[in-house]
Amino acid sequence: MSQTAQTQAVAALVPHLRRVCGDDGVLTDTARRRTYESDGLTHHRSVPGVVVLPTTADQVAAVVRLCADSGVPFVPRGAGTGLSAGALPHPGGVLLVTSRMRRVLEIDVDNECAVVEPGVANLDVTRAAAPYGYYYAPDPSSQQVCSVGGNVAENSGGAHCLKYGFTVNHVRGLDVVTPSGERVSLGGKNPDAHGYDLVGAFVGSEGTLGVATSVTVGLTRAPERTVTLLFAFSSMDAGGQAVSSIIAAGVLPSAVEMMDALAIEAAERAVACGYPEGAAAVLIVELDGPAAEVDAQAMAVTRLCAAAGAFETRTASGAEERARIWKGRKSAFAAVGRISPAYIVQDGVVPRTALPEVLRRITELSADSGIRVANVFHAGDGNLHPLVLFDDAEPGAAERAEEVSGAILDLCIEHGGSITGEHGVGVDKACKMPRMYGPDDLATFDLFRRALDPGGIANPDKLLPTPRLCGERPGVRTGVHPLVESGRAEQF
Amino acid sequence: MTLAEGLDAGGRAPRAGTDADAVGGLVPAHVVRPADTADLGRVLAKAAGRGLAVVARGGGTALDWGSPPRRLDLLVDTTGLSWIEHIAGDLVVEVGAGTPVAELYDALAAAGQRLSADPVRTGGTVGGMVATGVSGPRRLLSGALRDLVIGMTVVRADGVVARSGGRVVKNVAGYDLAKLHTGGLGTLGVVASVAFRLHPAPPALRLVSRAPRSPEEAEEALAALRRTAVVPSAVELDRSPEGGWRLKVVLEGTPDGLAARVAETARALGGDPEAADALPGDWGLLPRRGTLALVSVPPAESVRAAARVGGLAASAGARVRVRGSLRTGTLYACLPPGTPAEAVRAVAEGVRARPGWSATLLRAEPHVHDAGVDPWGEVPGLPLMRALKDSFDPDHRLAPGRFAGGI
Repeated sequence: MSQTAQTQAVAALVPHLRRVCGDDGVLTDTARRRTYESDGLTHHRSVPGVVVLPTTADQVAAVVRLCADSGVPFVPRGAGTGLSAGALPHPGGVLLVTSRMRRVLEIDVDNECAVVEPGVANLDVTRAAAPYGYYYAPDPSSQQVCSVGGNVAENSGGAHCLKYGFTVNHVRGLDVVTPSGERVSLGGKNPDAHGYDLVGAFVGSEGTLGVATSVTVGLTRAPERTVTLLFAFSSMDAGGQAVSSIIAAGVLPSAVEMMDALAIEAAERAVACGYPEGAAAVLIVELDGPAAEVDAQAMAVTRLCAAAGAFETRTASGAEERARIWKGRKSAFAAVGRISPAYIVQDGVVPRTALPEVLRRITELSADSGIRVANVFHAGDGNLHPLVLFDDAEPGAAERAEEVSGAILDLCIEHGGSITGEHGVGVDKACKMPRMYGPDDLATFDLFRRALDPGGIANPDKLLPTPRLCGERPGVRTGVHPLVESGRAEQF
Repeated sequence: MTLAEGLDAGGRAPRAGTDADAVGGLVPAHVVRPADTADLGRVLAKAAGRGLAVVARGGGTALDWGSPPRRLDLLVDTTGLSWIEHIAGDLVVEVGAGTPVAELYDALAAAGQRLSADPVRTGGTVGGMVATGVSGPRRLLSGALRDLVIGMTVVRADGVVARSGGRVVKNVAGYDLAKLHTGGLGTLGVVASVAFRLHPAPPALRLVSRAPRSPEEAEEALAALRRTAVVPSAVELDRSPEGGWRLKVVLEGTPDGLAARVAETARALGGDPEAADALPGDWGLLPRRGTLALVSVPPAESVRAAARVGGLAASAGARVRVRGSLRTGTLYACLPPGTPAEAVRAVAEGVRARPGWSATLLRAEPHVHDAGVDPWGEVPGLPLMRALKDSFDPDHRLAPGRFAGGI
């Protein structure tokens, strides 16, 4: 469909959308549509053709059916906090926003689960469950605002997924509107639905297989004890050695986070977190579970870190003290704004044992390019979040930063890792998928997608490389595009 | 051209199938044993060209799971795909589908690690474990088998080798297609290798058990256990054919840490609980013969469901043992060999009559299939599943008819 034809198709849809969602549930004026032009990854922008704000599953189904009947694409969006432009609107499509579907439908203590609408904020599930001694385990850093529906789309993790797993490990049931506009209930309060595990395959599908209108998630019993430990090291290598020793000792902390000197400096300037002076690396280890187990593990971890050269140790078990330790880590992304006018947050994964080598290579990359890189990462599972710093006023700096950021992903792939651990592929990394997967793998992903969305209207141009995005044909089976092979595919 | 031509694998021509190779009463014309994934890909591509119906066999311990296939020309023996690549420092293992499960578990144990899912059969291969997909009792800490799969290489019906996921625990690049093949009974592709996340083997274990005198007592004990924060690895129920109940709670951790947890668990269970420091040899194993139903219910209704299954069987004049995971509502109803089809039907339909309850015949004896007992019941999302089958296996040649809705 040409752009004009798309615009006309959307315009023709508007009266029908109004009938479904009411006048206040359909936004057509440019200024209001523009407020939705990007998600958390703000350098990708596109004003949606129309924005709809349904309040019920029936409305969602009716909207999707209208899209299906007219071949108009739709893009689902939750709170818009995603970091891969997965909710980037389609200029000739419908942006389907779930923010008005935010009821916690049920907290079922006996079955240890909650049933919520997709627009409910992640943390609100925990808030609703807390009076019963439960919480919702996945805790992405945006959990105050990010929506459960968005978490389902992205299979969100968080600092504690090392022990507790990702969204997919907690979702038991989904009510879904398929790309043809049909409503289907998959799974339920019992985690073992029969037939193919469609719930498992739907989670993490980035809105390309439909829209979740209700989500049943398992709740986790609040631990008897939580202890947060902070260790300061005089080198990143020493910190990395400590992490290896902890894992080798058979301890499974709920979180293992590491920051380097530049990240610590930024956090100090932003929130005065008071981390030990002179630390080249700070390691945060959180342990939770039965009190006696946690105490034994805390002693073991402290001993191991001391052996690895920790020069200062802090132990916190009260909520307030623990929050103080976490303050610097949690503010790290925003804090780099204090030491750099602009930055790119990268998300890549390496096997944990490759961390020291990859961190050394990142240091070299930084030195060679003159681009500073602050490292903040989930050390327990090898999920790196390098912050690539640059001055956007300096000509060519943004491009060089992009190069460094891309080179870091190459390092991840080279070491057998992944191009994304939790932010998703979206638009941002669709063209990088051929670096990680072969043509047959990609063609198979496409086979799956087309099976459930034959019309190609559910969040098109996301997750898989497309000609429009990447200048190569999708599902090519004959070989890797020469530009991909030579490492220049992202220039498209 | 004979049917066998071009189907060489592992450097050998296919052999003719025998009665010992039969699946659901069908004897395959040919049996091949590929040497590696590429070989498996070649064989399946050839089979596609000939329109052959294919079933994969690992240890052969679950070929009677699902419905009998409608057609069978070629049996693919996966035991040649036997290799283990254990990356101990990363707590990851990648393993060929034909690797014996026992071999994998031994290798991991030697390194102080484990795949945190209890096998439900002995003698099987990793591919079979994944393709059947069910999980044993210890699944409350690290999840079910499907939660532990981080990557998978599958050979499609057309012979194309495709990988999803990877070798790192945290990875959201691409669709998680392994979820579809886990429990898919080989109907969407043949699993060639699997990457799992591992966990350190806990230094100590306690099994706390109690025999409640009634379902009501069992319910009370479970409610009390839910209010604790002892973090069990498994909460199992076992209801004997005679109607006797037993609750089993597994706790894992450090020797020092366990004492307090055992005491609290014992208090919650009430009665006069016993504690052991090892699991029995048959832990988690399902009977090898007879009809086996997976009854899935909201967890809090587990005891009621077990009682109802017992009652339904008794009314039909049959015996049934019910055991399973109470915190996940996953129960296995084990009906002894020779249980009449009508009794199986009565149990399955009686369970399905309750909202939110499902009963799947994981394995039914031939006379049960012959009597036309529906192994699946109503499967939500079946049209989507059919769409997947049509997409991945458009000619319906991979174990046709073995899955829900004749897939």
